[in-house]
Amino acid sequence: MISPKYHREIPQRYRLEAGKCKQCGTISFPPRLICPKCKSKNFETVQLSREGKILTFTIIRVGPDKFSKETPYVVAIIELNDGARLTAQVTDCDVNKVEIGTKVKLVFRKIQDEGKWGLHCYGYKAILI
Amino acid sequence: MLNEMNSPKANRLAGGDVAVIGVGMTKFGELWNKSLRDIFVEAAMKAIENSGVDHIDSMYVGTMSGGLFVGQEHVGAVMADYLGSVPIPATRVESACASGGAAFRSAFFEVASGYSEIVLAGGVEKMTDGADVTDALATAADQEYEVYHGITFPGLYAMMARAHMHQYKTTREQLAHVAVKNHKNGSLNPNAQFRSQATLEQVMNSTMVADPLRLLDCSPVSDGGAAVILCSLEYAKKLKRPFVKVKASAQASGTIALHSRESLTSLDCVSVAAKKAFKQSNIKPYDINFAEVHDCFTIAEIIVTEDLGFFEKGKGGISVEQGLTSLNGKIPINTSGGLKAKGHPVGATGIAQIIECYEQLTGNAGERQIKNAKLGLAQNMGGSGASCTIHILEAI
Ligand SMILES: [Zn+2]
Repeated sequence: MISPKYHREIPQRYRLEAGKCKQCGTISFPPRLICPKCKSKNFETVQLSREGKILTFTIIRVGPDKFSKETPYVVAIIELNDGARLTAQVTDCDVNKVEIGTKVKLVFRKIQDEGKWGLHCYGYKAILI
Repeated sequence: MLNEMNSPKANRLAGGDVAVIGVGMTKFGELWNKSLRDIFVEAAMKAIENSGVDHIDSMYVGTMSGGLFVGQEHVGAVMADYLGSVPIPATRVESACASGGAAFRSAFFEVASGYSEIVLAGGVEKMTDGADVTDALATAADQEYEVYHGITFPGLYAMMARAHMHQYKTTREQLAHVAVKNHKNGSLNPNAQFRSQATLEQVMNSTMVADPLRLLDCSPVSDGGAAVILCSLEYAKKLKRPFVKVKASAQASGTIALHSRESLTSLDCVSVAAKKAFKQSNIKPYDINFAEVHDCFTIAEIIVTEDLGFFEKGKGGISVEQGLTSLNGKIPINTSGGLKAKGHPVGATGIAQIIECYEQLTGNAGERQIKNAKLGLAQNMGGSGASCTIHILEAI
């Protein structure tokens, strides 16, 4: 069972679908209706590159309720090889081994449980290459 | 009386000659015995009394989330009602942590345009009634592409801090110096939540929240209200009370997600709004004598003081370490104690910053009064830098 709110984001969370501006080439993730760079409204759907590097990160020691059992965990801003940027957890690693510039790869993982029914919600996390 | 006072005066107010004529605030802190409306009304009544006006024509209330914190929306109407001000127009203004600054700016426009003669700008937040504060505050970030992945507000600013430390060699101690300085200033402010000083060691050894930020790098969870009265300069002169002039009012937005910004070590909404404010008032950053800035986290004060043009990019950390932003420094920053020590009842913060400027500019800042306060700046920010208001106030 999934909620409409969750369902809407599946193309991005499962398949990393982004919008590439046909006029200037800027990749918007998630897709937008208007290109933030050139205001064009013409996009093609592309899949984000799955590899990239860490631009900055933090180790969450005090987490929100939903994530409190997972602390400490790393959240990073990642620049993918195609230039797109996103925020994701860096998982399956020693939190002390993460550094700015570290190469990572996006993988499919469970992210959290939604609402009082605890619906499983999935998406991308990063692992060190 | 209302109609007479509401008559359009746009021509007379050319250039927006607006004054702040009175201020009032509650103590910031954990105000267990006071409700959202009690807090606001206390601040608003003090401001009205302090200004000497016999009525207000309209009011704006900045609040981030009455809904999430106490389950009350429609906050403008609630406050007009309990202030005994029905039927005047009352509007709630929201721009996350910059709600207060945005409310002030709305009031400024209403007076500058000549639509109203006397307008109250207030802000209030009640954060200690048991709501999940982390979740409520997180709604100021991108819910689907940031918060979904487990990031928190300390986490977002921690990522800026790490990037700034990496790029400019800003040190962990320099971050701590911001907290030490602001606690020292807060100890001199009777309205501050924390009047205790903090040592460098205490900050450096406090609980790690989100590396590299520790508990004492973070502003606290607070209740509090603040209000100011705005009117035309002409009207202010008639009241024969201390007033200050609003010399500039600027605002800018930034992307909602931190990861969408080209630079992770600058807050573009701040530099854009600052440029506008300095252009409007025809002054330069170094003309400013003191500033209240949005130090929701220690790193924010360092980045903001750079982006306002007070210090060269990358030199915010060393500047606080050298004491340039201390009470007796070259440009005192957060003489009130800032969000860090004075407290951060989100919606009230932007108005409380204006109040500190007013107190300094009218010579009423008590033990923390700085010398030669002629021009003060208030910078209020929402989210991780998705909105920013800047006001410049001038002593008359
Ligand atoms: Zn484009």
